[in-house]
Amino acid sequence: MMGKRVGMNGDRAVAFAAKQAKVDVISAYPITPQTIIVETLAEYVNNGELDAAFIPVESEHSALSAAIGASLAGARVFTATSSQGLALMWEILWIAAGLRAPIVMAMGNRALSPNINIHCSHDDAYAARDTGWLQLFAENVQEAYDLTLLAFKIAEDHRVLLPTIVNLDGFILTHAAEGLYVLDDKDVDSFLPPRKPVNPIDPDNPKTYGPLDFTDWYMEHRKIWYDTYPNVPQVIKEAFAEYEKLTGRRYVQIKTFNAEDADKAIVILGSSAGTARYAARKLKEKGQNMAVISLTQYRPFPRKELRTILEKFDVVAVLDRSLSFGSPGNQLFMDVATSLYNAKKKPLLVNVVYGLGGRDFTPRHVEQVYQLMEEVQKRGEAPEEPVWVGLREA
Amino acid sequence: MYVSVKATPIKSLKELPRTEQFAPGHRLCAGCGIPQVVRFALKAVPDPKVVVNATGCLEVATTIFPYTSWGVPWVHVAFENAAAVASGIEAAFRVLSKKYGTKKPKIIVFGGDGGTFDIGFQALSGALERGHDLIYICYDNEAYMNTGIQRSGATPKGASTTTSPAGKAVPGKMERKKNLIEIAIAHGIKYAATMNPAFPIDMYNKIVKAANTPGPTVLHYFTPCPTGWYFDPSRSIEIARLAVQTRIWPLYEYEDGKIRITVPVKDPKPVEDYFKLQGRFRHLLEPENKWLLDEIKRDIEENWNRLLKLAEQK
Ligand SMILES: Cc1ncc(C[n+]2csc(CCOP(=O)(O)OP(=O)(O)O)c2C)c(N)n1
Ligand code: SF4
Repeated sequence: MMGKRVGMNGDRAVAFAAKQAKVDVISAYPITPQTIIVETLAEYVNNGELDAAFIPVESEHSALSAAIGASLAGARVFTATSSQGLALMWEILWIAAGLRAPIVMAMGNRALSPNINIHCSHDDAYAARDTGWLQLFAENVQEAYDLTLLAFKIAEDHRVLLPTIVNLDGFILTHAAEGLYVLDDKDVDSFLPPRKPVNPIDPDNPKTYGPLDFTDWYMEHRKIWYDTYPNVPQVIKEAFAEYEKLTGRRYVQIKTFNAEDADKAIVILGSSAGTARYAARKLKEKGQNMAVISLTQYRPFPRKELRTILEKFDVVAVLDRSLSFGSPGNQLFMDVATSLYNAKKKPLLVNVVYGLGGRDFTPRHVEQVYQLMEEVQKRGEAPEEPVWVGLREA
Repeated sequence: MYVSVKATPIKSLKELPRTEQFAPGHRLCAGCGIPQVVRFALKAVPDPKVVVNATGCLEVATTIFPYTSWGVPWVHVAFENAAAVASGIEAAFRVLSKKYGTKKPKIIVFGGDGGTFDIGFQALSGALERGHDLIYICYDNEAYMNTGIQRSGATPKGASTTTSPAGKAVPGKMERKKNLIEIAIAHGIKYAATMNPAFPIDMYNKIVKAANTPGPTVLHYFTPCPTGWYFDPSRSIEIARLAVQTRIWPLYEYEDGKIRITVPVKDPKPVEDYFKLQGRFRHLLEPENKWLLDEIKRDIEENWNRLLKLAEQK
């Protein structure tokens, strides 16, 4: 039931999942660290292993534009990007979601310029957070593979019909080879039958896609679009449950570790959750109790579930791998703080900045965060400004 | 291989197919040249077909929700990406028709000169280079009209627009117009042509040729804009005709590696005839701008002679 065990890096695992999903159209533009994904898919197509149109577009802007066209035509569509590529797509991200094109996009998370840096930050994921795309975060290569398959299932569900990003930390997951279990093709076929598009472009049944709204309709159309999101978690849960039956691998919106008796918690995204759990285990040996909360589902943001989990803690450290300049807090911190605003009992919240541009994030840093939370608990007051860990001492 | 039904040329306007897939209830200005090319394209290109539209006058005036003027599938995504959206649709239908036997439509793209010459140029170049099966029609009103008459890479030298106003120091746009057709041809496409609403049969038959050509084709359509050029809407076709008769807008086509002038102009009319009817050129007729008028005349002549030479290289 678990499937075959193989060794792959994250990029190849994602490409392999897209191949098994039998995508019809791939639009592709290279950018490190996602390039291997589109290269691998090009190999599949040119070797005849995958019957799909591979569109080698001239920019990310066109990559997403072509993906929308193909998706509206009824095809199962995949693309991938990172960092500046996502930034170039940004205008079109909104349109993909608003036109309800269930494109799946892998994002090898990478820092935005300046200065140019090809390593991991979550700048790109966060930049897409208000555009209507669903976002899932992988913690390891197995998850990158699984979540790619799940993303098609969720995005194309008729209750959802929204484009979906699968985030995988640049280099840490995109380039590191790990052992993972892959499904048999026939199991993927049963989990992901060919897409059944709703209202695809059909010359026998002409429709107008993307018209002009004046003041009399724009707001109503936004309401319809907005109201979709509360229904999405149910679909995600169902997809996770079906996938668990097929693979034995259990996915949840929010992963909790050591949450039962701890009074402090770290909230984190992506591959660093593993590091945090490792460190939490070490701390426990010393009698220090810390929970690790990581989000697999980042958009829609699971605010109620997270509130229920976090309410009981005295101190919560929210770790951001990005900066939001001039904002009251960095991105994940703001999401968490907002989610907790109406909680009956509120933990003290600390914003921690870590790992920018691929800076190593080690168990030592997690311990620093733990010590910081202890101080905050003692003082009964959280620092106003974010605390940086892993910053170089000049 | 590509389109099962062949488009057929016409000899007189009486032969125009009766079917209308572009409803008359659109909100383009009176005297606007855009609806002609749309009607003709929808008549000339056999079903099945899909239209992709860049942002601009055509898009905003024909799809005001909950109304639509389009009797064929119509897609708008953004300003600069119509050619890329069309690429995706074309590629998808190529695969879907192979996998599931879905009918493969011809894709028609409409973009204004801004959406073609400037911001959409990269996407157009990419689509042409990749060889998608589509007809790209640029309707050229020689400025960004939808945002209020700003200059574009297609605005002719000397024209006054809101971002190239005719002033005392700078009398209008000082740069020449890009040559879209030659740029398109340089991509190795099979068919490209210029069109003008005052020569409807010539226009129709060029669209027919594009429809019967597999792969990308580019059609460059002259569209008078009473609002942006400042003329009386009733003179729209007269102005369009003058553009050809003055050799300002040569009608020609590129086919099988050869250029052919489809409407020869033996005795050109004075360019002043064309300029004096339009507010955007009025300043060119003032004595202090004679140097500019002379320069424009030289450009027109040079351009025509170049075209003649290209057309002779048979
Ligand atoms: C990225 C972007 N920049 C600017 C605009 C604003 N805009 C909409 S239409 C338009 C001009 C269109 O000009 P053209 O392509 O010549 O078509 P026309 O309006 O003349 O029909 C502009 C600048 C936009 N929609 N998107
Ligand atoms: S502004 Fe010009 S191009 Fe636009 S609809 Fe009016 S006449 Fe046509």
